[in-house]
Amino acid sequence: MDYSQFGSMIPELIVLGIFMLVFLFDTFSNEKGKKILTPLTTILFALGTVAIWIVPASGEMVFGGMYINDTATNALKAILNVGVFIVFLQSSKWVESDEVAIRKGEFYELILVTLFGMYLMVSARHFLLFIIGLESASLPLAALVAFNKKHYESHEAAIKYIMTAVFSSAVLLAGLSFVYAFSGGSLYFDDIAITIGQGGMSGLLIIALAFVLAGIGFKLSLVPFHLWTADVYQGAPTAITSYLSVISKGAAAFAFFVIFVQCFGAVYSDAWEWMLYGVIILTITVGNLFAVRQKNMKRFMAFSSVSQAGYIMLGAMAADGLGLAGMMFYIFVYVVSNLGAFAVISTIEENTGKLDMDDYNGLHKTNPWLSFAMTLAMFSLAGIPPFAGFFSKILIFTSVTGSGSWALYMLVLIALINTIISLYYYLLVVKAMWISSEEPKIGSFSSACSNRVALWLCIAGIVFFGLVPYIYQYCYDAVRDSLAFLLIF
Amino acid sequence: MFGNILIWFVVIPVIMMAGLGLCRNSSMNAIRAVMVVCSTVLLGLSIWLCVDFLRLREMGVSDEMLYTGSWMWYAPLNIHLAVGVDGISVLMLLLSSVIVFAGTFASWKISPLPKNFFLWFALLSTGVFGFFISIDIFTMFMFYEVALIPMYLLIGVWGTGRKEYSAMKLTLMLMGGSAFLMLGLLGIYWHSAPEGGQLTWNILEISRNASIAPEWQNMLFCFTFVGFGVLGAMFPFHTWSPDGHACAPTAVSMLHAGVLMKLGGYGCFRIAIYLLPQAANELAWIFIVLTGVSIVYGAFSACVQTDLKYINAYSSVSHCGMVLFAILMLNTTAMTGAILQMLSHGLMTALFFALIGMIYGRTHTRDIRQMGGLMKIMPYLGVCYMIAGFASLGLPGLSGFVAEMTIFFGSFQNADLFHRIFVIAATCSIVITAVYILRVVGKLLLGPVQDEHHLQLTDATWFERLSTVTLILCIAGIGCFPNWINETIQHSFAPIMAAIQSAAL
Repeated sequence: MDYSQFGSMIPELIVLGIFMLVFLFDTFSNEKGKKILTPLTTILFALGTVAIWIVPASGEMVFGGMYINDTATNALKAILNVGVFIVFLQSSKWVESDEVAIRKGEFYELILVTLFGMYLMVSARHFLLFIIGLESASLPLAALVAFNKKHYESHEAAIKYIMTAVFSSAVLLAGLSFVYAFSGGSLYFDDIAITIGQGGMSGLLIIALAFVLAGIGFKLSLVPFHLWTADVYQGAPTAITSYLSVISKGAAAFAFFVIFVQCFGAVYSDAWEWMLYGVIILTITVGNLFAVRQKNMKRFMAFSSVSQAGYIMLGAMAADGLGLAGMMFYIFVYVVSNLGAFAVISTIEENTGKLDMDDYNGLHKTNPWLSFAMTLAMFSLAGIPPFAGFFSKILIFTSVTGSGSWALYMLVLIALINTIISLYYYLLVVKAMWISSEEPKIGSFSSACSNRVALWLCIAGIVFFGLVPYIYQYCYDAVRDSLAFLLIF
Repeated sequence: MFGNILIWFVVIPVIMMAGLGLCRNSSMNAIRAVMVVCSTVLLGLSIWLCVDFLRLREMGVSDEMLYTGSWMWYAPLNIHLAVGVDGISVLMLLLSSVIVFAGTFASWKISPLPKNFFLWFALLSTGVFGFFISIDIFTMFMFYEVALIPMYLLIGVWGTGRKEYSAMKLTLMLMGGSAFLMLGLLGIYWHSAPEGGQLTWNILEISRNASIAPEWQNMLFCFTFVGFGVLGAMFPFHTWSPDGHACAPTAVSMLHAGVLMKLGGYGCFRIAIYLLPQAANELAWIFIVLTGVSIVYGAFSACVQTDLKYINAYSSVSHCGMVLFAILMLNTTAMTGAILQMLSHGLMTALFFALIGMIYGRTHTRDIRQMGGLMKIMPYLGVCYMIAGFASLGLPGLSGFVAEMTIFFGSFQNADLFHRIFVIAATCSIVITAVYILRVVGKLLLGPVQDEHHLQLTDATWFERLSTVTLILCIAGIGCFPNWINETIQHSFAPIMAAIQSAAL
C-alpha cells in the first residue's frame, strides 16, 4: 500500500491530530492541567480551521477512487469548521459547569470524532467509506445528546436519536444493497453512474432511490423523516443541539448532493426530481407550520431548522454547479445565523435557566445587546436584507429557476410564500423581545466572554458576508474548480 | 466608487446609523444633532443633484440615465451594484429627502428608545434612497426589502392602537407582495438575454436586449405588477394600508405613505412596464380595472371613517390608485401626471400625517366626532390642515390640481369605450374627495369646540412649524411652477414609450 496517499487527506489528518492531542492531554494531565483543556482545544481547533482554509486541496482521488479531497469538499469542510469553532466558543462556559466539567474531555473528543465522520461522508466516493463516515458521525452524537446525565429528557432524546439513526442507516443500507445489485457489484460512485447511465430506469432503481433518499433524509430531518427532530433538539444540551442543527445537517446536505447528482444524475428527471420536489415542499411547509405553534425556544429552533433544511435542498434540486455553490453558501449563512440564535438561547439558559418564548418578553429592557443579536439572527434566518440570509435565499432561488421549467418556478413560489410564514414566527420572537409590554422575566446579567466572542463572530458573519460576496465567490470557485470530478452529466 | 454622487445617498444614511450607534440612548440632543445634520445634508445633496441634472440636460446630454456607475458584486450571477438616475428618480430622491427632513422634525420628541427609533428610521431611508438610485433589479429588490422590514419594529414598538396586529399584517402582506415580485424578477433575469448571451440584471441592458418571449412576459408582468401593486395599495391588496398607517408613529406614516408607497408606482413603471412592454399592452386592462376600483372605493371608504388617520389612509389608497391608473394608460401625458401625482401625494399626505400626529399629540384622540373648532384653538395647525385638504381635493395653485388635471387629460387620449368608462369613473372620485375633505375640515376645524379641555391646548412649536412649512412650500412650489418638473422628466418617457410602441407593432 502506498502510504503517501494519506498525504492528500489533510483536513482529516488535522482533525485526527487535534483529537489525538486532546485525548492524550485529557488522559495524562492532572486536575490542574485539565483547566486549560478548553482553551487549548479551542485554539488548536482555530489553527486547524485556518490551515484548512489556507492549504489548497490536492484534488486527486486516492485509495483507488474511494476518497477525494477536492476544492469543493475542502471548502465545505472549512465552512463546517467555522461552525464547530463557534460551537466550541459558545459551549466553553457550559463545559465548565459542575455537572459536565469532569467529562469535558469527552465532549471535545466526541465532537471531533463526529466531525471526522462527517469529513469522510463529504469526501467519500464509495458507499462503503460513506457509510463508515455516516456511522462515526451519528453514533458518538447519541452519546453527546445524552450528555446531561442527570436529566431524563436528555436520555430520552438520546434513545430517540440512536433508534432513528440506526433505523435510517438500515434503510439506507437496504437501498444501497439494491444499488449494489443494480450496478453489478460495485459501490464506487463513478461505476454506479456509468451503469445507471447505460441501464436507464427500472422499478428496482426507483425503490433504491427512495430508500437512499429516506436514509439520508433522516439525517437531514426532511419531512416525513423529521419526527425525531423536535424531541431530540429539546432534550439535548443546548451546545449539542446547535451542533446537531447546523454541522451535521450541512455535511449531510452536501453528501446528498454528491450522491444524487454524481451517482444518480442520469435519472434526475426520470426518478428523483419528483421525489425531491415533493419532499422539499413538505419539508418547508410542515416545518414552518409546526414552528408557528412552538413555545419552547429549542423546539422552535428545531422546526425552523426542519424548514431551513428544505431550503438547503433546493440546491440539490438545481443539480448543477450554481446549485451546489448556492447550497454551500446557504450552509455557511445558516451556520452563522442559527448559531447566533443558539448563542443567545444558550447564554440565557446558562444564566437564568429560562427557555420559553414567553420568558423573552421585554428582554430589550434588561439585555439590549442580546435582544439586538437575536433580532439580527432572526432576520437573517427569515431572509431579510441586508443580512446574509437574504442573499443565500435569493442566490439559491436563482439557481433553481435556472433550468426554466414551470414546475421549478412553482417550487420557488411555494418556497417564497413559505418565507412569509417563517417571517411570521421569526417576528414572534422579535415581538416578544421588543414589543411586548410585559415586565421582563429575565434580569440583567453579563454573559461569559467566550459566549460574547461567539456571538460577535456570528453577527459579523450575518452582517458582512451577505454584503461582501467573498464567501459565495469562494464556494463558487471551489465548485467550479472541482466540477470536472463532481458532475458527470 | 465613492466618486459617484449617487452612492452618497446610501452612504449618508449609513453614516447616520453609525453616528446614532455612537450616541447614548439618553442623550436626546446628540441624537437630534446627528439626525438634523444628516437629513439636511441629504436634502442639500438632492437639491444639488436636481440642479446639476437640469444643467446637464440643458447642455444637451441626452443619455437615458445620468451619473451611471456599475460595480461587480456577485460575479457568478452577474449581479452588479449599478446606479443611475433619470428625471423621475431625481425627483423621487428629492421627495424622499424632503420627507426624511420633515419626518426628523416631526418626531422630535419620540419616546421611548429614541436612538433605536432613529436607527430603524435611518435603515428605512437607506432602503428608499437605494431603491431610487438602483438600475440593477437585484439591488433594487434588495433595497426594496430593506425599506420594508424596519416598518415592523417602527410600528410595533412606537405605534399606537392595535399596533402589534397592524405591524404584523403590514409586514406579512408586503412581504407576500415581494415574494411574487421576486419570482417575476427571477424570470426576467433568466430571460434577460437572447440564447447564449450574457444574462444581466441591469434594467438598461434588459430593455435593450428585449428578449423576453411574449408568453413569459404575460406571466412575469402579472407577478411584478402585483408585487409592486401591493406596496402601491392596489385593490384588493390594499388592506394593510389603513391599519398600518393608523397605528404607525407620525414620522413613519409620513415616510411610508409619502415615499414607500411611491416605490410601488415607480417599480411598476420602471420594471413591469418598461421591461415587459408587450405584456403591458396586452394586460393593462386587468390592472386598469383593479386600480379604477381602488380610486373610487378608497374615496368612498374615506367618507365613512371617523378616525383621522383612517380617512387619510383610505384617501392614500385612492390617490395611489390614481398613480398606477395613470401609468397603465401608457401615454406620455398620463405618465407625466402619474409622476406629478406621486410627488404631490407624497408631500401632501406627509403633511396630513404630520398634522394628524401633532393634533393627536395634543388632544389624544383622532376621532373627528370628539373634536371641533380647532381652528380657534390652534390656528396655525388649522390653516395647515386646510391647505393640505385643498391640495388633496385639487385646488388650483397647489400640487394636486396640476397632477390630477394632467392625469385625466392624458387618460382621455385613449379613445376606446373601455378606457373612457374607467376614466370617467376615476374622474368622479374628485367629487368624492371633496366630500370627505370638506367633511373633516368642517367637523374638525370649524364649528363649536366639542371638548372644553381642548381650550387649553397650545399651537405648534418651532420644530413642528419647520416640518410643516417645508412641506407646504414644496406643495405650493409644484402647484405654481409645474413646468420645472415637466422639464426634468420629459426625456425620461421616450425610452419607455418607444418600448411600448415597438412592442405594439
